[in-house]
Amino acid sequence: MTVLRKILVPLAAIVIFLLLWEWLVWAKGWPDYKMASPSDLWPAFWKYRWLFLENGWQTLWRTVAGLLLAVIVGTGIGMVMGFSRIAREGLYPLLVGFNAIPKATVVPIMALIFVGEHDFNTIMIAFMISFFPIAVSVSIGLSTLEPEYRDILRSLGASQLTVFWKIALPKTLPEFFGALKVAVTLAFIGTNLMEIVSPHGRGLGALFDSGKISADYPLMFAVLIALAFLGIVLYYIVVALEKVFAGWAERAPG
Amino acid sequence: MSAEIELRAVTHAYRTDSGPLPVLSHLDVKMPPGSFTAFVGPSGCGKSTLTKLIAGLMRPDEGQVWLGGQMVKSPRSTVGMAFQNPVLLEWRSILSNVLLPLEIVPNKLTKADRVARARELLALVGLADFEDKRPSELSGGMRQRASLCRALVHRPQVLILDEPFGALDAFTREDLWQTMHRLREEENFTAVLITHDLRESVFLADEIVVMSARPARVQYRMESHLPKDRDLDVLYTPQAVEMLATLRHQIQIAQGRTAA
Repeated sequence: MTVLRKILVPLAAIVIFLLLWEWLVWAKGWPDYKMASPSDLWPAFWKYRWLFLENGWQTLWRTVAGLLLAVIVGTGIGMVMGFSRIAREGLYPLLVGFNAIPKATVVPIMALIFVGEHDFNTIMIAFMISFFPIAVSVSIGLSTLEPEYRDILRSLGASQLTVFWKIALPKTLPEFFGALKVAVTLAFIGTNLMEIVSPHGRGLGALFDSGKISADYPLMFAVLIALAFLGIVLYYIVVALEKVFAGWAERAPG
Repeated sequence: MSAEIELRAVTHAYRTDSGPLPVLSHLDVKMPPGSFTAFVGPSGCGKSTLTKLIAGLMRPDEGQVWLGGQMVKSPRSTVGMAFQNPVLLEWRSILSNVLLPLEIVPNKLTKADRVARARELLALVGLADFEDKRPSELSGGMRQRASLCRALVHRPQVLILDEPFGALDAFTREDLWQTMHRLREEENFTAVLITHDLRESVFLADEIVVMSARPARVQYRMESHLPKDRDLDVLYTPQAVEMLATLRHQIQIAQGRTAA
């Protein structure tokens, strides 16, 4: 029953979505240069299968690298803001302002500063777009720790570091993973932004761009689907990690 | 070993935006080793501040706190605390929650000894069958029992109870009072109880201290002459009823509703 619900139901939803899409294109009589249909995608995937594998890998590893950087820096900033009120009040406007800047405008700046450093630039954009939710959630998780939790350990003579390892860190994990789920998809957007806006022949974004140049619309749609697929895979990897490290936060059903 | 607790002219104020807010004023109380003292008083009179001072989590502006002949300057591992909120760690089992203080306090116990000690306490409060459960699987009363075990697992000399039964329903609360008596028979500690419940103070304490409104002083002290070995019926004896009436009168004076 659970297998049915957890695997078959989402699969059925995807199949229904694809059927509706196929039907819409067919019913409207759209040519594939206006709107590709799912049945156009398979030939595109097959024709460019090696390009998809190679560029998909490029996109994936740079996204993951950017995300890891976002986790490290975001957790660091979150810890500083969570423990120090002055840091929180000082850093918040800066962070919010930085986050409000459209990253598409940062792409050319990065490309100019670090000319030719494609991998580095891409990773940086993925990082910049995805660290904010992590920093905010960690800082909120730490700053809202009930004082009694701290008192329980501190009254025994525990150091701040012990309080952090034994209580603050594990207690923040559910918030952290909530933010990481948002950050995963954001990091993909960042990677592709760099790959599309500043094309350098690598990654699914570059493949998308070459589809655009050669007016290969099924290819462009196939890239979008490939990106969605990678996004789903990474997202569920985070979900699996969450189950391992913060599964306790999930209440038993009923 | 239980320890004597002594407050010597303890005065404390909180710094707020609108100037200092005095909460405790020249508090002098001596609690002998092994005694059980309840502090009652109007809301906001600084009772919780008192627990933080005794635990060494804060230092008084003036005056001193002494535990077992030593002046308290910082937190010490000879103290156990339980609050109204049981603050159990949701990611640990009940047994592992109770073991937490033994991971902090320096001790020579082996892993097996620690577990045995925690199990002994859990059995004493009736949680023997729940040691592998998560806190979220337990009722409020059971969680508070576990919290008491955690406060006692490292054999503290002083047990500080800051309204630990305040959020429980009346029946559960009375159950826990009896559990508290059982713990007192088996364990060796000097207890400080902060409470709003006069019946609770009469049932549990050897001495009851009524504090005045902020800034709190000792307004009235009452020694209990109820038999050491008590059950709930003791609350309906004329002696206890008289104690309750006196305490209620004193609280009303503290609240400024009745002239002294």
